[in-house]
Amino acid sequence: MSETRPRTLFDKIWDDHVVERLEDETCLLYIDRHLVHEVTSPQAFEGLRAAGRKVHAPQSTIAVVDHNVPTSDRSQGIKEPESRLQVETLQENVLEFGVPFFDVLDRRQGIVHIIGPEQGISLPGMTIVCGDSHTSTHGAMGALAFGIGTSEVEHVLATQTLQQKPAKNMLVRVEGTLPPGCTAKDVVLAIIGKIGTAGGNGHVIEYAGSVIRALDMAGRLTVCNMSIEGGARAGLIAPDETTFNYIKGRPFAPKGEDFDRAVAYWRTLPSDPGAHYDTIVEMDGSEIAPMVTWGTNPEAVLPITGSVPNPEDTLDEAKRAQVQRMLEYMGLTAGMKLTDIPVDVVFIGSCTNARIEDLRAAAGVVRGRKVANTVRGLIVPGSGLVKKQAEDEGLDQIFLDAGFEWREAGCSMCLAMNPDKLMPGQRCASTSNRNFEGRQGQGGRTHLLSPAMAAAAAVTGHLTDIRELV
Amino acid sequence: MQAFTTLSAIAAPLPMANVDTDKIIPARFLKTIKRSGLGQYLFAGLRYDDAGGERPEFVLNQEPFRHAEILIAHENFGCGSSREHAPWALLDFGFRCVIAPSFADIFNNNSFKNGILPVAVPREVCDQLMEDAKLGANARITVDLGRQLVIRPSGQEIPFAVDHFRRHLLLNGLDDIGQTMQRTASIAGYESRRLVAKPWMPVIAV
Ligand code: SF4
Repeated sequence: MSETRPRTLFDKIWDDHVVERLEDETCLLYIDRHLVHEVTSPQAFEGLRAAGRKVHAPQSTIAVVDHNVPTSDRSQGIKEPESRLQVETLQENVLEFGVPFFDVLDRRQGIVHIIGPEQGISLPGMTIVCGDSHTSTHGAMGALAFGIGTSEVEHVLATQTLQQKPAKNMLVRVEGTLPPGCTAKDVVLAIIGKIGTAGGNGHVIEYAGSVIRALDMAGRLTVCNMSIEGGARAGLIAPDETTFNYIKGRPFAPKGEDFDRAVAYWRTLPSDPGAHYDTIVEMDGSEIAPMVTWGTNPEAVLPITGSVPNPEDTLDEAKRAQVQRMLEYMGLTAGMKLTDIPVDVVFIGSCTNARIEDLRAAAGVVRGRKVANTVRGLIVPGSGLVKKQAEDEGLDQIFLDAGFEWREAGCSMCLAMNPDKLMPGQRCASTSNRNFEGRQGQGGRTHLLSPAMAAAAAVTGHLTDIRELV
Repeated sequence: MQAFTTLSAIAAPLPMANVDTDKIIPARFLKTIKRSGLGQYLFAGLRYDDAGGERPEFVLNQEPFRHAEILIAHENFGCGSSREHAPWALLDFGFRCVIAPSFADIFNNNSFKNGILPVAVPREVCDQLMEDAKLGANARITVDLGRQLVIRPSGQEIPFAVDHFRRHLLLNGLDDIGQTMQRTASIAGYESRRLVAKPWMPVIAV
């Protein structure tokens, strides 16, 4: 290619995957990896069957069950008939269409966005899609990864391509050093607080700056995971030594000489100096504090030192009504200190924060302490392998001794599709990514925060500034 | 997919911003392996009380809006989860068009694939249309995709922009998988070039 214009990481991956230009800007884009789960795929396979079509590239596809699976004992199967039907439907579809699959009892089973990077399935420079908005997670590998709908799932299954228009480029640069007690989760919550839930619409966000560079892969995955909460379909972080070291030796990663060749290619991917961004956001990492959401969308977020906002302080009438409605749903009073909010449930899990690093961070807070007797605490590892690793390190014992439940891998209480749900009115400190009304169960109330902050809330029984506990 | 040319219909006002797909259809209703029958769960949290009864104050529980085919909302409609169950539920209820100042990207895509037209017009225009919509059955709003116009009951015409390629597919009710499958030769060509350029690209086999 004779491109001389400086290009962003996004531009390079895009250019490298254009099969054909269709019309205007719309391109037929080749997809390197297609991740499939049981909730958004049944109608797509049904569509293939109805049209007599095959899966074009099963060797580029991986299927797993995660949303519906119970996180307690699985030897009994799935009790809830509709959940069981979705899981069984995927089991039948992967057999019929020859798609590689991690089944419920496979040790490698887990949340689709945890297992991709963990298995070395998601690699830099790839295009990766899944019928799930948190596909943005895999962008931390330096891949263009985005969520698609079921019609598009069917399109990718049938053709290994998508009809797409390029996104706009947004750069979010976080410079400086994070203060103690602050994590990747606080960084991304602060970013969403700044740009808003629609701030990234139409964009792919590239995260850069010294704070991002200093994050380990787990932290980068957390940041990219929540890009969709800022309205962007994809988040990206340029691959570097941290990325390559993480990938080396993973089951599906290239080996030996292939690995070296791949790394040589991956090193060409980072954005060129002078590349154009449509939108640039700058943040000072040293000003970020541990964050927690108080409302029912992720931009309703504040430093833990803050207080519940007063709708009267909002000038825009529509916004004022929205804040009012959020406070009513959340059962909060304007002006109360965030640290005075008691919690009933603490959920540590989800594709945002259920990697081994997250569990270590939570265990570090919990060690030698007890879960408050008013609180139910759940620890749900992101995959069977994360669970095993945690057990090898003795983390399970720390959690169990403190009074937490130690569960099997899955989406669990991130969304109310399996038996782990909030009851109406229950309040949860959660490491997941969405605090929408009813997200964790009808009438349930969600406060999003980091694993360490969640652990702190579990032991004190209320939202807590982690810096005052350690 | 059903083609979309012009629609003249009752419009339901939903003056809310950031209507997320969990709100359009909560996760507990996603446990289906079909596309149809989801209209009854549309906006379940807003539409029904805890006992499952209709909330009379919610717009879709009122006449004539039970028969609305156009929905008018505020900014960032359809944000959150990628679930295509959201447009399926809208479609099954009877909606063929959503008008809002802006849409979340995935919802926007999903709508086109299901024959629902998302129309983005400025907030002031949405507010005017909501006022029109409140007049109910006597005040039909017309959406003309061919001419790219929303026509108010007063006859005032409001132009809107739409992606040319998608407009073409929607006007003709074309199945985009069928379109792409006519390009298998260029896909095969890309795959052979990829094999040479990225010989390290691993395959998945479990
Ligand atoms: S953990 Fe939550 S956000 Fe992640 S894939 Fe599962 S349901 Fe979606």
